[in-house]
Amino acid sequence: MKPSPFSYHRPRTVEEAVELLGALGEEGKVLAGGQSLVPLMSMRLAAPAHLVDVNHIPELDTVAVTAAGVRVGATARHARVEKDAAAYDAAPLLRQGLVNVAHPTIRNRGTTVGSLVHADPSAEMPAVLALLGGSVELRSTAGSREVAAADFFVGPMESALRPGELAVAATFHRPPPRSGSAFVELARRHGDYALCGVAALVTTDHDGAVTTARVALISVGPVPVVVDVGAAVHGTGTAFDTERLAGLLDAAIDPEADIHATAEYRRHLAHVLAARALTEAHEHAGPTRDERAS
Amino acid sequence: MTTKLFGARIRRSEDPRLVTGNGRYLDDLGHDAYEVAFVRSPHAHARILDIDVSEGVEVDGLVAIYTYQDLDGRMGEPLPLLIPHPTLTHGRTQHALARDEVNYVGEAVVMVVAVDRYVAEDVVGRVRVDYEPLPAVVGIDAARAAADLVHPDVPGNAAAVMVQESGDAEAAIDAAPHVLELDLSIERSASMPMEGKGVLARWDSDDESLLVHTSTQTSTSVRQAVAAKLGLPVDRVEVVTPDVGGGFGVKIVHPWPEEVLVPWAAVRLGHPVKWTEDRREHFVSSAHERAQQHHVRVGYDDEGRLHGLSVRFWHDNGAYTPYGLIVPIITSTQLLGPYKPGAYRVEFTSLYTNTVIVTPYRGAGRPQGCFVMERTMDAIADALGLDRAEVRLRNFIRPDEMPYDHGLIFQDGRPLVYDSGDFPASLDKLTKLVGWDDFEAYRAQARSEGRRVGIGLACYVEGTGVGPYEGGHVRVETDGTVVVSTGLTTQGQGHQTMLAQIVADELGVPFDRIRVTTGDTRRFKYAVGTFASRTAVMSGSAVALTARKVREKALRIAAQALEASVDDLDIVDGHVEVKGSPGATIDLGAVAVLSNPLRYAFDEAAARATQFATPADPDTPPVAPGEAPGLEGTDFYSPPRSTFANGMHAVVVETDPDTADIKILRYCVVHDCGTIINPMIVEGQVHGGVAQGVGGALYERMEYGPDGQLLNASFMDFLMPYASEVPEIEIDHLETPSPLNPLGVKGAGEAGVIPGSAAIASAIEDAEGIPIRSMPISPSELFDLRSRRSV
Ligand SMILES: Cc1cc2nc3c(=O)[nH]c(=O)nc-3n(C[C@H](O)[C@H](O)[C@H](O)COP(=O)(O)OP(=O)(O)OC[C@H]3O[C@@H](n4cnc5c(N)ncnc54)[C@H](O)[C@@H]3O)c2cc1C
Repeated sequence: MKPSPFSYHRPRTVEEAVELLGALGEEGKVLAGGQSLVPLMSMRLAAPAHLVDVNHIPELDTVAVTAAGVRVGATARHARVEKDAAAYDAAPLLRQGLVNVAHPTIRNRGTTVGSLVHADPSAEMPAVLALLGGSVELRSTAGSREVAAADFFVGPMESALRPGELAVAATFHRPPPRSGSAFVELARRHGDYALCGVAALVTTDHDGAVTTARVALISVGPVPVVVDVGAAVHGTGTAFDTERLAGLLDAAIDPEADIHATAEYRRHLAHVLAARALTEAHEHAGPTRDERAS
Repeated sequence: MTTKLFGARIRRSEDPRLVTGNGRYLDDLGHDAYEVAFVRSPHAHARILDIDVSEGVEVDGLVAIYTYQDLDGRMGEPLPLLIPHPTLTHGRTQHALARDEVNYVGEAVVMVVAVDRYVAEDVVGRVRVDYEPLPAVVGIDAARAAADLVHPDVPGNAAAVMVQESGDAEAAIDAAPHVLELDLSIERSASMPMEGKGVLARWDSDDESLLVHTSTQTSTSVRQAVAAKLGLPVDRVEVVTPDVGGGFGVKIVHPWPEEVLVPWAAVRLGHPVKWTEDRREHFVSSAHERAQQHHVRVGYDDEGRLHGLSVRFWHDNGAYTPYGLIVPIITSTQLLGPYKPGAYRVEFTSLYTNTVIVTPYRGAGRPQGCFVMERTMDAIADALGLDRAEVRLRNFIRPDEMPYDHGLIFQDGRPLVYDSGDFPASLDKLTKLVGWDDFEAYRAQARSEGRRVGIGLACYVEGTGVGPYEGGHVRVETDGTVVVSTGLTTQGQGHQTMLAQIVADELGVPFDRIRVTTGDTRRFKYAVGTFASRTAVMSGSAVALTARKVREKALRIAAQALEASVDDLDIVDGHVEVKGSPGATIDLGAVAVLSNPLRYAFDEAAARATQFATPADPDTPPVAPGEAPGLEGTDFYSPPRSTFANGMHAVVVETDPDTADIKILRYCVVHDCGTIINPMIVEGQVHGGVAQGVGGALYERMEYGPDGQLLNASFMDFLMPYASEVPEIEIDHLETPSPLNPLGVKGAGEAGVIPGSAAIASAIEDAEGIPIRSMPISPSELFDLRSRRSV
């Protein structure tokens, strides 16, 4: 479990990093927190000839909250995003998702943008991005492009990032007023990748009745599966019809069996966890601060 | 007065060093050594057609590549079958490097030595081995069906069939008022120490001697094995265990292929050579355990009392049998637990499969046996509508029936005779601790909150401290330091502390003046090893006997110096005193000086001792006949047979009615390991055992594909429980001394793990009302059981 030989590069600016990545093409890999890449290299499942370590580029280490949402720079660690009060205020789902990502020591190193690029179908943060909406900013010697969340996740462990590109940041949209969110998952052990996980986002009207309800599910498809479940909201707007919900989910998910769970069980979990996540999200939804104040 | 340390909660003296990162494990040594990596078989079963190393030799930093063809002398013979048994009619062991066939994924085929491990792995990637794949036999069903054979000359894949019987079990069952049959199975798991194996060998060509460091549970036996394999005189080989990061059984197997290959290469190359096993290697080439299928037939009466018990089981021993039949023999005998089975018959078949070898892992066959017996007890209670604790109580061996002879032969080849134990008292403690009688109220309350809970319990008896012997050496240095040595090894259990406590009391010296060395053949040559919960019993007793001997000698010498009678002397705080005569005292360091007639005054102690020196008699030799210089002694302890500890666990679980998630709410342990030397260490051992029991019950399994690939050979997919999965453990002790050894102690090392699967299965069954016949169980499997019931 020792990596095969590679060259190590330590650029100090985004321009320098992008130059290097452009020159290296398929041979080069970005090293962010290393929590996914280094184990793959140690097991010789990945053997990049060149590593471009972006951890020494100060401008990438940012978490910025704007009216539109939360912009997370490439080297912002999971832990930093998780603990950022303004980010939590803007989009509570960030923290709700992040506390389910691995263990504190791994969140201290692993980056949120790295997690998006890595595009593990069981990872939480791709689902958070997919549900909140937003985009990933990609930079290369050819310039910048912004890929919308809906287009970023291409397949298992495959994102829209091309060789030579650096993901400089991701922006998570701020949910509309009177929204509530929740992230519910079941993992075999605390901090493991989930057998199934569900992020839910619910928006209500002034009286607390649900107006929109959407979920994003992990570990039940090749990419995070976003489902509009508005049709499963009861006429009263205060509860969810579990049977209708199951029907909507079944039409969207495609769980597979592995050594930890059968496909049937994952499907069942999707139903149960989605209902729980929606109920919890609805509890969190409610009047905005301004509305409460008046 | 020196306070008594035996029985006290003394903090472990090894911990400050270990928890501050100052341990010295195998990989911390030998930075000047060449490093080794292996080409391991990617096939579960295949013939080796050709090995091409030509691309590998191009790599810079390569030192040597070895295949079976290079192994000379006894290195080319199969590894030893350590523990033969008359019923092991078809024992097979592997070669250090595969000769012409591989029998499991991970079997070593080519050894690469290079300047470091990185380069060695680069070379491994460039060696081409041509294989002709053969059909793989994976799992007990395939082995029993025997459509394909692991070894062509082993019919039915059966290494052994063994039967033991006490009374006519089948007749007793047929005559009993009720009969039940059950099929019960347990999956594969493994020891999984935090530190894998590792070997470092240094050959001194001037001295023609070999110094081997290895992460083992038995340094003395590795020494014999290396000497034999390499054709070296035994006295030219020394084996030392550095700090060992856990063993749990896997490191008692010896010699591992690497344990002879690394020294062999060091001699050949005239340069230190080291191999540090990585986690992936550990998964596919170190030993596993546990996989067994059992069929039970039991006859019992209206009271739930057993009349006869017949168990047939099938044991998956993996590709080879270097450790003989120890695991299934233990299952077959220890299955009986604290109960009188009436007549008993057990028959097992030990089966070859194309998977990693199976050797003892903490508990060693007992978790399976306990699972079988305890599930049977629960099934009887269920069938009769009786309380599960009550059925157990009715079948217990009573304290006045001790010693109790089961009429069977145990793993040590000796009669299975329980020496002591008070099972009704243990059960009483347990039911009180967990609140067994109040559980229905709790269940009702939980139910009203929409929660589903269950309670279970399991009892076991564990044969510990198996012989044949262990020894101790104790020497008092002239500065009063006491150095203690025992030949068996330590893997983090706290042996240094525990043995020092014993010596401190026996010799009357302060705890912090005692230094304990284990597992270093330069210090102690005759030993067996650390397994079978035997260190406290065996080495504890041995160092106690040795310390008594040294005490006698100290008193003899001091009596002369103080001109007093031995009977009037006592040793307190490292000083020999004349009782009731303050001031008449001599410290043990000075006694040590007096014990040696060669008395150059190198130090203060020697100078001081001269005041006590009695004028030499010119007509007697300075060392009297029968005496020896030095205040030291060696002694051995050899028990007639094993001593039997016992324990009982109760578990409360909650199962999620929707997700089928399983959560342990409470875990209670009553434990009886005879007289306790250090309760804190015993509790630590129980905690670790319970954690492994929880792992075996809910998380761990070796997931082999039908082609013999291990699908979860990493900690990402082999689910060892984290601290977050292990519940708080509540412990109560009972101390029923063993009459078999001078300290009254019984082993405690393995205890905690034994009843885990049995107790947790019992609790889940109680919560769900679904029979649990196979462990471990995952939420997905529980969901499956629920779905099948509702169809
Ligand atoms: C024990 C353990 C448990 C874990 N459990 C979870 C879990 O439950 N849920 C979860 O979501 N994750 C989990 N992870 C993964 C963790 O979240 C990773 O940190 C994350 O997936 C990747 O982030 P990183 O910064 O470590 O990326 P790295 O490992 O450095 O890189 C991962 C991949 O992304 C590429 N990459 C990274 N950043 C960029 C960039 N800015 N531009 C272009 N390419 C880039 C790299 O080249 C590489 O291919 C776990 C990891 C471990 C070790």
